Amino acid sequence: MRTVFKTSYDADINLFRHAPQAGWYAALLALALIVPFMFDDFWIGEATNMLIWAIAGMGLMILVGQTGQASLGHAAFLAVGCYANVLLQEKLGLPFIISFPLGGLIAGLAGVLIAIPTTRLHGIYLAIGTLAISILADDLIVIAEPLTNGVIGLFAPDIQIFGVSINRYAQPDMFYWLVLVVTVLVVLAYRNILRSSLGRSFAAVRDSEVSARAMGVNVAKTKAISFGISAGITGLAGALMGHFAGIFNNETFNIIISIQLLLMIVIGGLGSIHGAFFGAVIVAILPQAIAISRDMVTNALGMSSIAIPGLETAIFGAILIGFILFEPLGIYGRWIKIRTYFELFPFYRRDMFRRQKSYLKTERMR
Amino acid sequence: MDVLQLVVSGLANGCIYGLIALGFVLIYKATEQVNFAQGDFMMLGAFVCLGLTNAEFLGLPFWVSVPIAILIMGAFGYTLEILVLRKMFGQPQVAVVILTIALGFVLRFFAGLIWGHEPVSLESPLAGKELRFGGLVLGMDEVTVILVTVVLTLLLYFYFNRTRLGVAMQASSQNQLAAYYMGIPVKRLNSLIWALAGAVAAVAGILFASKGSIEPSIGLLGIKAFAAAVIGGFGSLPGALLGGLIVGLIEPFSARYIAAGYSQVMPYLLLFLILVFRPHGILAQVHSKKV
Repeated sequence: MRTVFKTSYDADINLFRHAPQAGWYAALLALALIVPFMFDDFWIGEATNMLIWAIAGMGLMILVGQTGQASLGHAAFLAVGCYANVLLQEKLGLPFIISFPLGGLIAGLAGVLIAIPTTRLHGIYLAIGTLAISILADDLIVIAEPLTNGVIGLFAPDIQIFGVSINRYAQPDMFYWLVLVVTVLVVLAYRNILRSSLGRSFAAVRDSEVSARAMGVNVAKTKAISFGISAGITGLAGALMGHFAGIFNNETFNIIISIQLLLMIVIGGLGSIHGAFFGAVIVAILPQAIAISRDMVTNALGMSSIAIPGLETAIFGAILIGFILFEPLGIYGRWIKIRTYFELFPFYRRDMFRRQKSYLKTERMR
Repeated sequence: MDVLQLVVSGLANGCIYGLIALGFVLIYKATEQVNFAQGDFMMLGAFVCLGLTNAEFLGLPFWVSVPIAILIMGAFGYTLEILVLRKMFGQPQVAVVILTIALGFVLRFFAGLIWGHEPVSLESPLAGKELRFGGLVLGMDEVTVILVTVVLTLLLYFYFNRTRLGVAMQASSQNQLAAYYMGIPVKRLNSLIWALAGAVAAVAGILFASKGSIEPSIGLLGIKAFAAAVIGGFGSLPGALLGGLIVGLIEPFSARYIAAGYSQVMPYLLLFLILVFRPHGILAQVHSKKV
């Protein structure tokens, strides 16, 4: 294990803990950059999908992982970002380079607006309130038909940046790089928020609202800001999702997507950027993995192809149950444990990451 | 007369929501856990009863299969608690929420695998019969739903407030450690309450199946029941029923007097307003946290 000898206060909040760590991330970025040269169009599309889910996951992670507010309604912000981005391009004729950040901004504002009443709620009440928002958003899209074209949906136009036209099918590599640039920007923004005093007040609110208040953190404001940033990033992901899907309607952003987003970051590991990416890998890979393994099984048994409806969500659910029961810290938590095992070899003990036993105490009076 | 008919059918629907909400509230009251899969429990209860009753499966008489289905669902809840939920002892509420959502996915999948995804109807003696009061025509199924729900709510209410076991359950949810010191077997009580919630879900499922056809996705009704529970005040049994009735009534009336598309929106709009203005429901149980 590398021990960092801290000689300044900045050592605690530096972007990278030490030089080799920066090197590893640079290598990862280089690898991500050359993906389009190594795979065919189908897998470039899958990688793009994964990155979009990772952006959405990071958006939700700021709220759930850093500020500790569970939201079951983030598909609503995906929808706001997506519709805002496309409508700004179609109705106002704005270029993508302006409409895309504006879409995120509008989603963020929607998030703050919703946060103002809902930040008074906590725990399960917040989850239900946001669940209601997600369902309402779905229905509102149908009701606001003149603008959103209801259940028929909207077409996302080709992206125009500096005279370059990007279509998800015609130029998958360009679209991939565009999404990669957004991903890197979001990761940097996320990291820098965490390094600032805002990020520390997020953590304070997550760990104990009462102590955060005692330390002089404005809890309601912090929650509202967190909600806004989270919704904004999710809105960016939604805008990209719209361009990726090509055509979208209210069903593209239904309640199941909200739930899947939350489940995804739990599988990945709450409270870390890595978790959002690990979760996104699972979400993007799982349908393909199931399809491939089903083909293998049917070929081996010599049967015609069988389709079992709902298998995908069931396997997703089963994986999630396994993680919550046996590895509540998610894939990232497991990775940390494995890494620590090798770093400390042979001194790793089994109970090193054991949770403290806790007992329940209610806030109810009756 | 038209309005009265609307009220009765709304009340009957509302009672189903109320029954599912009762299951939520039972578990919440005793363990502070939130069971998002309660709607899927109801779906499973309905399908178990259907599997016992319908001619193409076991073909038992309806009145024999009802208690068996309730028992099976009770046993299911008990086992589920021992095998899965007990591991979540003392962990954050949200973890349990996510776990039960995932559980709902899995239950829906297995129900679809066994009974298929096509809508099927239960061969129930309640279906199709009518009661006439003057000009008012009431479905036998609707009247039964309302009666059973009211009786069940009263029973559970007295169970929690008057019996030793009920009070012990409330104690164990208010302070687990203190409950242990008082000699309450907290873990066994948790298993029992999940069994009870399973049984209530079976009742809700059987009543729902008597009113119309069922398919695996009816578990999603649980979300609406959830709204009902929150509107009434999470943690209050009469509140759950009240919330269920409000949601049940608001749906047909908004469909009739506003526009058809709004009947889906109104319950959640109401839920949102309630959360904003009275965050802990109409019959609130929570007061500000003391440190």
